[in-house]
Amino acid sequence: MLSYILRRIASTLPVMAIVALFVFSLLYIAPGDPAVVIAGDQASPEDVERIRQSLGLDRPFLIQFGSWVWRILHGDLGTSIFTNLPVSTMIGQRLGPTLSLMMVTLLLTIVVAVPLGVLAAWKAGSLIDRAIMAFAVFGFSLPVFVVGYVLAYVFALELEWLPVQGYTPRAQGVWPWLQNLILPAIALGCVYIALIARITRATMLEVLQQDYIRTARAKGLGQGGILFVHALKNAAVPIVTVIGIGIALLIGGAVVTESVFAIPGLGRLTIDAILRRDYPVIQGIVLLFSFVYVLVNLMIDVIYTLVDPRIRY
Amino acid sequence: MSEDLLRIDDLHVSFSTRRGMVEAVRGVTLKVEAGEMLGLVGESGSGKSVTGFATTRLLDPAGRVTGGKILFRGQDVTKLRGDDLRQLQGAAMSMIFQNPRAALNPIRAIGLQIADAILTHKRISKDAARAEALELLRAVQIRDPETRMNAYPHELSGGMCQRVMIAIAISCNPALLIADEPTTGLDVTTQKVVMDLLAEIAAARGMATVLITHDLGLAARYCRRIAVMERGRIVEEASPRTLFGAPQHAYTRRLVAASPTATSGIADLVTEEEREGYAAVVSRPRQEPVHGTPPLLEVRKLAKRFDEGAAAVADFSMTMAGGESVGLVGESGSGKSTTSRMICRLIDPSEGEIVFDGQSIGHVASRDFHRSRFRKDIQMVFQDPNESLNPRFTAFDCIAHPLMRLDRMRGGDALRKRVEDCAERVGLQLDLLPRFPHQLSGGQKARVGIARAIACRPRLLVLDEPTAALDVSVQAVVLQLLDRLRRENDIALLFVSHDLNVVRMLCDRTIVLRNGGIVEQGESRALFDNPKTDYTRKLVEAIPHIETGPVLAAAL
Repeated sequence: MLSYILRRIASTLPVMAIVALFVFSLLYIAPGDPAVVIAGDQASPEDVERIRQSLGLDRPFLIQFGSWVWRILHGDLGTSIFTNLPVSTMIGQRLGPTLSLMMVTLLLTIVVAVPLGVLAAWKAGSLIDRAIMAFAVFGFSLPVFVVGYVLAYVFALELEWLPVQGYTPRAQGVWPWLQNLILPAIALGCVYIALIARITRATMLEVLQQDYIRTARAKGLGQGGILFVHALKNAAVPIVTVIGIGIALLIGGAVVTESVFAIPGLGRLTIDAILRRDYPVIQGIVLLFSFVYVLVNLMIDVIYTLVDPRIRY
Repeated sequence: MSEDLLRIDDLHVSFSTRRGMVEAVRGVTLKVEAGEMLGLVGESGSGKSVTGFATTRLLDPAGRVTGGKILFRGQDVTKLRGDDLRQLQGAAMSMIFQNPRAALNPIRAIGLQIADAILTHKRISKDAARAEALELLRAVQIRDPETRMNAYPHELSGGMCQRVMIAIAISCNPALLIADEPTTGLDVTTQKVVMDLLAEIAAARGMATVLITHDLGLAARYCRRIAVMERGRIVEEASPRTLFGAPQHAYTRRLVAASPTATSGIADLVTEEEREGYAAVVSRPRQEPVHGTPPLLEVRKLAKRFDEGAAAVADFSMTMAGGESVGLVGESGSGKSTTSRMICRLIDPSEGEIVFDGQSIGHVASRDFHRSRFRKDIQMVFQDPNESLNPRFTAFDCIAHPLMRLDRMRGGDALRKRVEDCAERVGLQLDLLPRFPHQLSGGQKARVGIARAIACRPRLLVLDEPTAALDVSVQAVVLQLLDRLRRENDIALLFVSHDLNVVRMLCDRTIVLRNGGIVEQGESRALFDNPKTDYTRKLVEAIPHIETGPVLAAAL
């Protein structure tokens, strides 16, 4: 098992290397002289030259890349052009809110979507099934910002149950922290809940038709035992896969959600960095997200082997 | 007179389908006494399994009991709900199924699956249930039960999976066990072991058993009473002796005739009335090959090793003349399918030579073989006609495809004529050609598969268990068709099968395989009548025969 995990980690190294190369090349793929691009429209030739010197852009590409990778491996993601703060510090400050939002959304999604999917599959064809699936289509079709504003209007402005926007760190108490995250998590989770409920329903329907479910019934097992002990675990592999893919969706969705609810997270930082052409910050964020995604895939692979003994490691 | 354990009274079961309600069981009346083993025999679609599922209340949601009663110990099973029903299922009454591997949960250790059944019905601790499960594994004679407790179904053979199913079924000492095709898909020797075990356990525990099967011979061997079902009704009920000696109903007569026995020939597989017309073909002598003609197929020292593990096939040599039919028999895992696939050039041999018509073809990579000029000469008929036809190809497309690929036909009238000609040769009605596989019956699909294989006029046809998925009456027709094609078109047949009766009828010579090597080979009749090795003898003895003739006469 341990050697399997180590082998999987080793196999992610080339992926990370390619991602790093791509991230670094961002600056060069963009049209024009990187120094000019960074300096912006109003810069004087002296400014451009200063930037070129300070970023080492006059050196050969491979040497730049090498020293960049070397610095990253030592935890140095560079310095923001705009704020002059280390990129790692800036990301560190914004990491908490985004991670909180993603965790709460993920938890909410799994707790809501999986039981809904199981229920729909169990009652396939019934009114309950059709209601759940109609809700899923609805969830798919609404953009995050629409759901976000409607939720904020109804629950924050009209009913005044929850704050309209903002973020309270976890250190100031669980409830204040959660209060600020509930509406964003629902808004962000909508698409995700719809997706996972549908996948859960489809896989469960397939599993429920298998011969071993009939065997479970022949043993006299109750409905709960059949659904959750014998069926759900067999349906887990596709569901876990989609949850993993969904984390990529969450990263994208977080950017929009944080804007709507004014959460000072990585999403906001990303938008600001893009608008300011703050390349070191953009590179740092993209690298971090890629790393998280590779990590999630690694976890999914490990979960597969835990769930299904037929998958060899 | 013991009281009836189970009494089914005028049972009707209907299924709601897209085309409305279809009645699968129409008025079945049946009695099972405590401790007896009853055979319920019929072909697919006869309603025998549906009767079983209705009794154990495991019908598909689409199926519904629309009339009649099922009285188990005087209690109507069809009216039970909720907890009352669950107390019955798996406790007083249990069921084992066809395809045991699929019937076990693939990701749950088998010890747990047995314990599940015990814990559902008994108030005991998990450890006690585990200990009982271990005892059950011993009772079904699984070797090394302590280790097997933690095994998963994919790590066990089909026969072992069925033993685990039996262990689950008997875990709560039921009074009635319904076995639905328990050995279909297992090879003959495993079938015998599993059925002997089942009969032994049933006798020791005084458990009544309903054996649902399409195999008359199997039912005859283990049951004292057999009920024959046809289209939702029981048409005849008698002891095996009467059933085979003097079948009353026309359907039973057809069924008995179509079941291959130790002495029947191809022509015997139909009743007297249907036999005429066939005799003319059978009696036509096959041309003896001119002396000195090179063999059609020559295989030398063929071997196949899959990555890691022992060789699947080793040192396999054989020759075949044009128009000859050779049977390849053996238990599952003996390497017969691997060998046939190598000869068909679907997989690459690790060693050895395959010479076809004087040309070595073994070295051509299988993925390039479709370009070889011999591709049209060597064709294959696959095991399951349901699975081996593309569901989105019509019968016409299936047959036309090889003609377009291998004979470079471009469509139009010439192609249509060739396809229709093939369909006629296999006896497929022309109005079926535009149909898709799901609109055809099993026998019709088998004919499409054969028509596809003979479309390019091959000289060698490799058949991998072509009738294993078919009913006996359909099997009889397909076997006759193959035999006729061989005689009329001089096609050589390499017939892979675990059904020795079928091989004996169809093949001039037989090769017995075991663990990837040849155990014995020779002229079919001689080989089966006087097997030289213990292994072949074991295979031959394991075939459930329908005892007719002297044995039966003596018994009477």
